[in-house]
Amino acid sequence: MENSFIKALAGIVGAPNTLIDPESLACYGYDSTPELQSRPGAVLLPGSAEEISKVMALCHEAGVRVTPRGSGTNLSGGSISFDAGVVLQTSRLNRILEIDEENLTATVETGVITSALHREVEAKGLFYPPDPGSMNISTMGGNVAENSGGLRGLKYGVTDDYVMGLKTVLADGDLLKTGGKVVKDVAGYNLNQLLVSSEGTLGIFTEITVKLIPKPVAKKTMLVHFPQLEQAALTVSHIIAARIIPATLEFLDRVTIKCVEDYAHVGLPLDVDAVLLIEVDGHPAQVEEDAAGIRQICERHHCSFFQTAAGPEEALKLATARRVALSALARMRPTTILEDATVPRSCIAPMVKLIQDTARKYDLLIGTFGHAGDGNLHPTCLTDERNSDEIARAHQAFGEIFEATIAMGGTITGEHGVGVAKKKYLPKLVGESGLRVMRGIKGALDPKGILNPGKIFSLTSD
Amino acid sequence: MDYVKLINCMRCGMCLPHCPTYKETFLETASPRGRVALVRKLQEGELVESEKFLEYVSLCLDCQACASACPCGVNAGELVAEFRCESKKEKGLSMMEDLVLRKLVPHPDRLEAATAPLRLYQKTGLQQVVRSLGLLKLFPEALGRMKGLLPKLPDAPLRQTISEVTPAAGKEKGTAGFFLGCVMSLIFSEASLATVQLLSTLGYRVVTPKAQKCCGAPNMLGHDLDGLKEAASFNTDLFDSFDLDFVVTDCGGCGAELKKYGQHLDGERKAVDFSASVRDISEVLFAESEALAAKLRPLPLKVTYHDPCHIAHCQGIRSQPRALIKLIPGIDFRELPEADACCGSAGTYNIEKPEMADRVLSRKVQNVQKTGAEYLVTSNPGCLLQLKKALSEAEPQVRVIHLTELLQMSMNA
Repeated sequence: MENSFIKALAGIVGAPNTLIDPESLACYGYDSTPELQSRPGAVLLPGSAEEISKVMALCHEAGVRVTPRGSGTNLSGGSISFDAGVVLQTSRLNRILEIDEENLTATVETGVITSALHREVEAKGLFYPPDPGSMNISTMGGNVAENSGGLRGLKYGVTDDYVMGLKTVLADGDLLKTGGKVVKDVAGYNLNQLLVSSEGTLGIFTEITVKLIPKPVAKKTMLVHFPQLEQAALTVSHIIAARIIPATLEFLDRVTIKCVEDYAHVGLPLDVDAVLLIEVDGHPAQVEEDAAGIRQICERHHCSFFQTAAGPEEALKLATARRVALSALARMRPTTILEDATVPRSCIAPMVKLIQDTARKYDLLIGTFGHAGDGNLHPTCLTDERNSDEIARAHQAFGEIFEATIAMGGTITGEHGVGVAKKKYLPKLVGESGLRVMRGIKGALDPKGILNPGKIFSLTSD
Repeated sequence: MDYVKLINCMRCGMCLPHCPTYKETFLETASPRGRVALVRKLQEGELVESEKFLEYVSLCLDCQACASACPCGVNAGELVAEFRCESKKEKGLSMMEDLVLRKLVPHPDRLEAATAPLRLYQKTGLQQVVRSLGLLKLFPEALGRMKGLLPKLPDAPLRQTISEVTPAAGKEKGTAGFFLGCVMSLIFSEASLATVQLLSTLGYRVVTPKAQKCCGAPNMLGHDLDGLKEAASFNTDLFDSFDLDFVVTDCGGCGAELKKYGQHLDGERKAVDFSASVRDISEVLFAESEALAAKLRPLPLKVTYHDPCHIAHCQGIRSQPRALIKLIPGIDFRELPEADACCGSAGTYNIEKPEMADRVLSRKVQNVQKTGAEYLVTSNPGCLLQLKKALSEAEPQVRVIHLTELLQMSMNA
């Protein structure tokens, strides 16, 4: 990047917010995606929507590529600049602008941390349900760009279900306002939904208005062990079939159970196939009724253990196994490849079996846990990036797992995004026409292709 | 440095919201994840040890909040400290570092002698004269800051005046070896006296070996591993020569260091046993909750608690101090927002990196203000120094005291 251009950028965002030293560039060359890295040409930390707009206008003019970044917790390489372009970090736009208790909305700047919004709205008895695993550091802008999910997806949906309004800087620096506080709005294309999950390829969000709901008053937490995987999977399907929608319906497989027990000593038996963590919430009477129904269904499917937490403290204890699952797995080996293959709920048992068989076939250690209620599984491969042979086998294994996911009517990514990590699997999922439409949209909004280039799909057929 | 420790970081970013310097700057280079990446890139030959590089890694407070948050067990704070230790070993220490961290602080006798003029200066009223003339401003800035931090010193270091054996009040339950930290002895002797009184009241005979040396933490800061091993081995042998049920300290920093002696001495049996016998005072008192509760009288005070890094992050002690405060009848305990975030004292950080230390500290002060507490309780001398000074300026009505002082107040109420 030329000196004069960097000077011009610094003129907009200020010299201290313009980083070009090799140390900074090295630190902005990665996100949370294993294996991937590439140094940007410059890192900018703008302080306002106006600054972002000016930066984009300048970059558009010069044809310089820009990759937006929140806190860098992306799991598909989405916040890495692969062509020495500009990385634009939005963290300084971090004000919660309004919590509107009459319209039940919150309006935040793009860099607000998800859990900070949770705290603010919950203090007012309100609820913003999306709770991605990285919520203590992930930004709202990042959540919207990736359409992040979380543990509460089954009952409450994902980020997309809550976005009501957006302010977005487009590729040429123009400001676009979409949606707002109204529940009903059919004026023109639904551009909000188009921008959600665009992974930074269509625009950079500056302001986000989300829907809030009343906070559920009661909650019950249950932990259940199943000697047989099929029975656990059937239980999941039958709970939903019984018209009970738990807030959380989480699953751990045998490998994960062993790792969790070795690490946290929470008293899990090592001879069971599956553990389910179930939480129901809502009106106290409804919660009681749902919990009783769930117990019946679990017993009918031969669970070997069923415990209901007596209070919030015990609930925390029961949830420990699920909470520490990723930690317990990640500690096993230096490199952790965390995936998010997602299948229809009814396919959970065959999917988990297939993952286990594939792990055996390629001689890999893969633990699976995840959101059984919505079919979003996290097969987690524990490996060592220094062992190129094993890494190659891991990629082969995941290739097969994704093929199977698509064959089962599922998707290659439930909540992590396509980025570059899943790019090669996308054509198979969406087909030629899917790609043609996406490329058309990209071309209309970003004709020069400067916004997060190379992510999701290539502009031309390879 | 062991390369595996560096590649264990999966870059998930869970450490970022817990890192005081990241929270202030939003810079990846000022985050634990970034620091691990920097050291890794250096080892991989992608970066060189430039001035900027050292500036970035030295911004770490070594508060180890990142270690508490890391899902994969990476201790970025410790890795950075290890790197700096190795780097300084090659380059040598500055004269000031050498003087303070190697020649002065690790030796209680020298430290006590060196601080004697300060005691005299405070006692004779010279302090008022010097302060009003602004003479402190004539000192180099760092020295000025150090002196500004000093509260009123006790007449004599506690190590000199305390009796080696304090008998148990009433029926004797056991014997506690008391490890008296240097700063506790020199500055916060009243808190350590409260510690001894509490232990004695609960039926423990307290042995405070007079010959004890510094725990070795300054040696680590001074990158003097030989000095550290020497201190560890000396103290292990000394405490081993008494017949003790456990070793207790009321200094978070000492406690964290003593618990690592086994590791410092490469798993030597005696040192491992010594480390296993070390308790923070809150652990001992918490185990005696029932007996203690019977001795406590009402204190109608609004109290909050700041977690010292060396207690919460290095020793994993969080619930015990809070439970002890809540044992006091009539107390109005208010949880401090971001209670386990570093106060910016961090060893000698507040002297080396005053600007960042002040930013971290002012966030702490604002959080204390939010609680409306009249008493801020903590249990580490570094935090006490830092917070006493800051609050005496920003919120003079808030008193900053050690946990044992609060419990003693309640006992004597």
